[in-house]
Amino acid sequence: MEVDDCDDGARWSGRWNHLQKILERNGPFVHPDFEPSPDILDFMLNSCKVLVVGAGGLGCELLKDLSLMGLRHIHVIDMDTIDLSNLNRQFLFRQCDIGKPKAEVAASFINKRVKGSKTFSHFCRIQDHDSSFYKQFHIVVCGLDSIVARRWINGMLISLLEYDEDGNLDPSSLIPLVDGGTEGFKGNARVILPGMNACMDCTLDLYPPQVNFPMCTIAHTPRQPEHCIEYVKIFQWEKEKPFGDIAIDGDDPDHIKWICKAASTRADEYGIQGVNYRLTQGVIKRIIPAVASTNAVIAAACANEVFKLATSCSIPLNNYMVFNDTNGVYTYTFEAERNEQCLACNNTPRNLSFKPDALLREVVDFLCQDNSLQMKSPGLTTTIEGLNKTLYMKNIPSLEAATRPNLSKSLKDLGIVDGQEVIVADVTTPNSLRFKIKFNDDVTSS
Amino acid sequence: MIKLFSLKQQKKDEVAVGGSHAGKSKPTAAQLRLTKDLNELQLPKTCKTEFPDPNNLLKFKLIINPDEGYYVGGEFTFSFTVGLSYPHEAPKVKCETRVYHPNIDLEGNVCLNILREDWKPVLTINSVIYGIQYLFLEPNPEDPLNKEAAEVLSTNKRQFSQNVVRSMRGGYVGSVYFERCLK
Repeated sequence: MEVDDCDDGARWSGRWNHLQKILERNGPFVHPDFEPSPDILDFMLNSCKVLVVGAGGLGCELLKDLSLMGLRHIHVIDMDTIDLSNLNRQFLFRQCDIGKPKAEVAASFINKRVKGSKTFSHFCRIQDHDSSFYKQFHIVVCGLDSIVARRWINGMLISLLEYDEDGNLDPSSLIPLVDGGTEGFKGNARVILPGMNACMDCTLDLYPPQVNFPMCTIAHTPRQPEHCIEYVKIFQWEKEKPFGDIAIDGDDPDHIKWICKAASTRADEYGIQGVNYRLTQGVIKRIIPAVASTNAVIAAACANEVFKLATSCSIPLNNYMVFNDTNGVYTYTFEAERNEQCLACNNTPRNLSFKPDALLREVVDFLCQDNSLQMKSPGLTTTIEGLNKTLYMKNIPSLEAATRPNLSKSLKDLGIVDGQEVIVADVTTPNSLRFKIKFNDDVTSS
Repeated sequence: MIKLFSLKQQKKDEVAVGGSHAGKSKPTAAQLRLTKDLNELQLPKTCKTEFPDPNNLLKFKLIINPDEGYYVGGEFTFSFTVGLSYPHEAPKVKCETRVYHPNIDLEGNVCLNILREDWKPVLTINSVIYGIQYLFLEPNPEDPLNKEAAEVLSTNKRQFSQNVVRSMRGGYVGSVYFERCLK
């Protein structure tokens, strides 16, 4: 089979030789189910769609690794624009790109440099896309610096999982998530198979907690320059409103200059040294120093996992690799375990069938009377068009009064649509449960 | 291990064109957890909550009427803002009533360890409310935000008690004016 495609200039003899050696031959270390075939390379080059989340330090490395590896249908999403301080390690950007969207500049660089690449950029927040967007990908790779964003992507991929009547996962609904993270000389790479192994929320306690200084230390016994900066951030900014009634913008040099000056004054009073512009911006934006080589190592590990997942040629990382070269080089791989109590992944929604004109009261009664549920005082909330909605809360008097009229409304009138997810909390279960309301004209309950 | 791509090499594009329903209606982990926290809220009889927008559980007010201690008879309102990263991060709490208290400053910042350095995701809204109630029963001069109040409390408890009563009746303590907050 001819594997080179017909894109002009994207074919030259032997371009994919190295991949063919791996994908078209058997070997002692291959995945047990691996069947060598030219179709796999064809899939990689022409069908496999990968989403790279983040076009920063890790994102640039990932885009370079993946596209040179032969993945050519890559989408990249990032909400940030390019800053001067990015240029030392985010090598897809040049000085003339400062101020432009990272995703767009990165994608056009890759498309120009790697023949045959069709990289698409999305200059927006991950939350601006819905499930129909994320569904189109075979694999998602994250190079993010935010736990919130990681959890959002994790939650999105879990919500795409589909189960049959017996509660068995439909494997074709599963989109693997490869996640990389770095912090100075430390980094980690992991493979998440949503619904099958530990997800982002299962291992939330692995992430270092945010450093928060005690309030009284900041207020009265500062000892470090950071304490002085936090003081200005928490107390003085709101009191003095130097730029009017607005929040601190860590990217606005005027804001940082003002905070830096005020913090220096305070540091002088306490004989503390070390407040400067750089530190101030670092504390305000919670910047963690980035090391280019750590990004390279972690991105390489992630790209390797994407290759293994895309081709099934070798067993993927199981499932969490830590890397630390602060002193010497240390790596360690372990299997992060699923958390039985995980709110994100150990909580597959159960289907409930109701007529569209059923009253909310009927749903509440069902939750209390059904033999397998037997709830006591369920509280129900949902999300409609991105907005939270409290359906009924019995336990809090003010909320009960406000939501009582909902009990006499029909599901349809409450804005609930077919397939709507409803969150139900009750004393009988340790966590909130998720239910999917399925509209049905014949039956009243499942 | 399952072999992911034996199943779905071709079908991705078809799916992408297909349905896009209930797109932005996915519950967040924060909402799942907060629904649970609030449904199981067990308030002491001195506390009540108010939700300005019943559909937005992320913003609410806590009203405390201490029934013993220095602050008996007063009424104090706190605003709670729960972020999307809850319970990874603590809720943000501010005191909206100006209060003469060693651990609450005149801008309403609250010094409570579990709101900052000692927050853990196992803690709940209930834990925070009990923590705040405890501040009214046992003001702590060791961790002051209002240094003047803390000094009076540790040197002269009688004077401190008088200052609290004066502030709650509405009036000046030193050069600071307090609105009346007696119920």
